[in-house]
Amino acid sequence: MSQTIHVTVNGAAREAEVEPRMLLVDFLRQTLSLTGTHVGCDTSQCGACTVHVDGVSVKACTMFAVQADGSAITTIEGLAGDGALHPLQAAFREEHGLQCGFCTPGMIMAAADLLARNPSSSEGEIRHALEGNYCRCTGYHNIVKAIQNAAGQMS
Amino acid sequence: MSDYIGTSVKRVEDQRFITGRGRYTDDIVLPNMTYACFVRSPYAHARINGIDTEEARNRPGVVAVFTGQDIVDDGINPIPTGWQIGEDMKEPPHHTLAVDKVRHVGDGVAVVIAETKAAAQDAAEHVHIEYEPLPAVADMNEALADGAPLVHDDAPNNVSFHWELGDKAAADAALAAAHHITTYEIVNQRLIPNAIEPRAVIGDHNVATDDLTLYTSSQNPHLIRLLLCAFVTGLPEHKVRVISPDVGGGFGSKIFHYPEEVFCAWATRKIGRPVKWTAERSESFVTDAQGRDHLTTAEMGFDADGKIVGLRVDTAANMGAYLSTFAGGIPTWLYGTLLAGQYTTPAIYVHTQGIFTNTVPVDALRGAGRPEATFLLERLMDLAAKEMGRDPAGLRRMNFIQPDQFPYDTPVVLQYDSGNYEAALDKALDILDYDAFRQQQQQARAEGRLIGIGFSTYIEACGIAPSAVAGAIGARAGLYDSGMLRVHPTGKVQVYTGVHSHGQGHETTFAQLVAHHLQIPMEDVELVHGDTAQIPFGMGTYGSRSLAVGGSAIYRALEKVLGKARKIAAYKLEAAEEDLEYVGGQFTVKGTDRSVSFGDIALTAYVPHDYPIEELEPGLEFNAFYDPKNFTFPFGTHICVVEVDPDTGEVEILRYVAVDDVGEVINPMIVDGQVHGGIAHGIGQALFEGAVYDEDGQLLTGTFMDYTIPRAADLPMFEVDRTVTPCPHNPLGVKGAGETGTIASTPAVVNAVCDAVGARDIQMPMTSERVWRAIHAARSSGDGQA
Ligand code: FES
Ligand code: FES
Repeated sequence: MSQTIHVTVNGAAREAEVEPRMLLVDFLRQTLSLTGTHVGCDTSQCGACTVHVDGVSVKACTMFAVQADGSAITTIEGLAGDGALHPLQAAFREEHGLQCGFCTPGMIMAAADLLARNPSSSEGEIRHALEGNYCRCTGYHNIVKAIQNAAGQMS
Repeated sequence: MSDYIGTSVKRVEDQRFITGRGRYTDDIVLPNMTYACFVRSPYAHARINGIDTEEARNRPGVVAVFTGQDIVDDGINPIPTGWQIGEDMKEPPHHTLAVDKVRHVGDGVAVVIAETKAAAQDAAEHVHIEYEPLPAVADMNEALADGAPLVHDDAPNNVSFHWELGDKAAADAALAAAHHITTYEIVNQRLIPNAIEPRAVIGDHNVATDDLTLYTSSQNPHLIRLLLCAFVTGLPEHKVRVISPDVGGGFGSKIFHYPEEVFCAWATRKIGRPVKWTAERSESFVTDAQGRDHLTTAEMGFDADGKIVGLRVDTAANMGAYLSTFAGGIPTWLYGTLLAGQYTTPAIYVHTQGIFTNTVPVDALRGAGRPEATFLLERLMDLAAKEMGRDPAGLRRMNFIQPDQFPYDTPVVLQYDSGNYEAALDKALDILDYDAFRQQQQQARAEGRLIGIGFSTYIEACGIAPSAVAGAIGARAGLYDSGMLRVHPTGKVQVYTGVHSHGQGHETTFAQLVAHHLQIPMEDVELVHGDTAQIPFGMGTYGSRSLAVGGSAIYRALEKVLGKARKIAAYKLEAAEEDLEYVGGQFTVKGTDRSVSFGDIALTAYVPHDYPIEELEPGLEFNAFYDPKNFTFPFGTHICVVEVDPDTGEVEILRYVAVDDVGEVINPMIVDGQVHGGIAHGIGQALFEGAVYDEDGQLLTGTFMDYTIPRAADLPMFEVDRTVTPCPHNPLGVKGAGETGTIASTPAVVNAVCDAVGARDIQMPMTSERVWRAIHAARSSGDGQA
């Protein structure tokens, strides 16, 4: 039943045998031990599982691992690339955009996708872009500020 | 270098979270680990006539299948509640897994343990349970009706307890003589906590040593260990280690001792392998203890000048199917005691009854009793102001307890230690520019726009204390906390606290506190929390107690460290202790340049070659327990301005101003963040959140598709500010900031929306539909502005 998939995860080529029903998020967390990508729901609402697949943000709980065959995946662990912080990571710390940290990887990955598409997003655009990412701790105030801060850094 | 108090230091815990290196319970994988899947009741009330586990046992990858009877047969006790309300409180057993009957949808019936989570889930489908459905009650009024089905046979009329506080005769007399009475019937709807990290547990028994390690997403690992060992399993406490690693938010829902903790602790011993359980979100919806759920009638009497003369409150509080850990304490002592609010109400009486229904248990949720009390008071104040034709801010102001009246004894037990309510109100009015706002509102209304303003001037009592008082009001625990300082030979410091951080930023705030007083760099201080094998006994984090209680314990330990360091310094400098001053991390003989650094003293303490060994022990390590003298009393004013779309009933929050007084502040950035999150939670109750059960006890809002929590686009930027009235009875002058926002915000929003549409009341959550109906009702009755 298992299928072999080839993916590039955070720049490294990976080959794995996966069950067809295995979700991408479980593949990342269980098979690859990349536990920075979280699971916060079972209805694809919370966004805690957000990663990039071929450069586009995707909820990793909405996709099977086999569907990612041949793709390049970036998770929070690989976002910064060279080891320094990505501007969004730095901005989340700078603006206190996280409390418990559980939503944070997904928030940062979703925000990175937004800023790649629209680097000069307004507050309203940022808030709407986060529609699929829940945070129960921050009231979003400082998350929005962090994304604005990073947008400023990156432009 | 050491002026850390009052500074917005960036959080030290953030590095691991922003890089995906946090370590939450579900991230932990142990060798040979198995996975548990709970088979849960689809019925709210049913008799279990049989459970056939045979087929499930034979599914691929299955290790074991257990039922409630297996656990009971092994001598495991029911999970106790931690708060006794009155002598006659009915406390029916809450088993780890249901034995005879299920009593709410989601009640656990059997558990499959397998090699993988998927195998456990597959096999769980093959556990055959023969249910005999029984009539269920979800609604409190129905539960109280004659002939209602009983949730527990030994709780007649489904009542767990009756409780009262205050002087009934005085309140009755005051209301009888009142010039005006405002009456309000309140449904304070049930909320579902929804921390974004679902609960997770791993039990790991070491067969060789007989040690048990329990990883659990808990706000209070020692409390879990105590309940698990002393009450439920009888396991020896010293052989049980409870670890709460990174925890993804709690809001109260992770205080309680849950069946899944007992199960994993028990099952790992049975099968000799680690057992992990992680909730699916839909499981969280039916197993995390829920919040609020009151039906209340309140009457507030005023004299002709607008002074409150009396308050009478009658509340039915839904307990759900079982009494959860703090359940009884919430709608009683944490609620009734708050009913004076900021006001000089001379006579108050409150009666609460706790009621069983076939629903998920109800317990503390962010604010816990205090939001319910504040909602009632602040709605009453707005309603009364409208009825009496007074300004809502003015009516509040004239009823405030004045700064020279502290300490102030309320008619409902509490003694408020300090406060300056008018200062916070004035500051909030200033930020809003109230007079200008009223003009703009007039103008907007003339243009047909629906703009409204809502106030909430609230009080909170947090850091429940002292232990003797907690005991006298039925808490089956002390409510002190502990702090230990271990100074290492090189002068680096580890701080061990009994409280727990699950988003509050203790690793930063507590390091600031310690570094400030030891006058050393913050980088030299590290906080340890969440592991019973490392930390001294402590009660964990809830009720905004961490800094006021846990921080004060650390302060006491700091005093001991500095006291001994001074003795060592005096010896080394051959000076009298009183001739030394401690500045910049150095003990210096006053008026000289002879000094010794903190690091040198630490080294001397651990390498005591030249040392007053007869008078002083080597080493530099102290623990302190701190039992607070009183509650702390944060207060403030929140103002919400909304615009309602007359065509759709949609509510937009235009401005949200919060002026809170949480006493001294160590890290303003963190405190503001707590306030933001608290406000969002309270807005959630006002506008979006509400658990709905149908008459059969099915939870209709059992996923994020049906239960709305606030999203980024639903909320504005918050305008937060502070006044500072230090708490006079703890050494830090702090009060607590985790719940103020939630307590204050809900009535501010409801008041604003009611003001905007000219409605007397709108049931929460104020969905567009409800608001739209209210607009039309106001129009047709002709009493609205719309
Ligand atoms: S876990 Fe993927 S959206 Fe919630
Ligand atoms: S920081 Fe806790 S959920 Fe967002």
